[in-house]
Amino acid sequence: MKAAVIVFPGSNCDRDMAVGLERATGRAPQMVWHKDASLPEGLDLVAIPGGFSFGDYLRCGAIAARAPIMRSVVDFAARGGHVLGVCNGFQVLIEAGLLPGALMRNAQLKYVCKVTPLRVATNDSAFTCGYTRNQRIDIPIAHHDGNYLAEPALLDRLRGEDRIAFTYEQNPNGSTADIAGILSENRRILGMMPHPERANDPALGGTDGAPFFAGLAEGVMAGA
Amino acid sequence: MKARVYVTLKNGVLDPQGEAVRHALGSLGFEGVTGVRQGKVMDLDLEASDAAAAEADVAKMCEKLLANTVIEDYRIEILGA
Repeated sequence: MKAAVIVFPGSNCDRDMAVGLERATGRAPQMVWHKDASLPEGLDLVAIPGGFSFGDYLRCGAIAARAPIMRSVVDFAARGGHVLGVCNGFQVLIEAGLLPGALMRNAQLKYVCKVTPLRVATNDSAFTCGYTRNQRIDIPIAHHDGNYLAEPALLDRLRGEDRIAFTYEQNPNGSTADIAGILSENRRILGMMPHPERANDPALGGTDGAPFFAGLAEGVMAGA
Repeated sequence: MKARVYVTLKNGVLDPQGEAVRHALGSLGFEGVTGVRQGKVMDLDLEASDAAAAEADVAKMCEKLLANTVIEDYRIEILGA
């Protein structure tokens, strides 16, 4: 699998993301600077990492979503490419219009940084096929604006189309229906607030993120 | 020409920051504040000289970047030179 990781000023999970992808695929992803006009040729996956792109100015992810490289990312997604956004990357994907809804300030107004239990709500995607449906996993979260807002009509749609990828077991931020991550209509774009790349090595306190990357490498190549 | 843009959360969207401010006002003894909604004000300096054209331009800016229209409303004031 050929992957790229987009790097914005203020990205800080880009290297962990690269390590996760390299371990699973045996191939180092290309790091792509936000000012680049185009993506490398022949990509299978674009990952937008966590961090504080552009200092979270205006709204989290808002400036990054309008960076030059994002036009290519939107085109890549339109051609059916796989796109992953974690934490700030999820915020960027929403701001870029690639995923629906909004991510608001956490309901209790606090930045939350802790390992949190999740439920794998669907394993029907390249991103989640390394898990079983309803599997409980422990993945760290670290965010201030992860309160996912979905209007009732959108929530019905996400549920009806099996597009809720992960839910929180203990809602840490006020998210609608405990949502921690969602899929696009074609199931090839995933946005999630928790950080699988931070649970990918025993030295980091957990490995529940490892099946995420292993499954992703297999799922993308299988065309899921 | 100057334009001022007000960006506020839509009605019905919970504003936890506004709520926190309301509680703080109450704890300072300001009674009778039944609601606080927090928003943003942005002042833009524009080269445009035509107010209507400037307003139309700023509205596009709001739609594309300044507001997240899923959760936010915007209001534009053209302030003149």
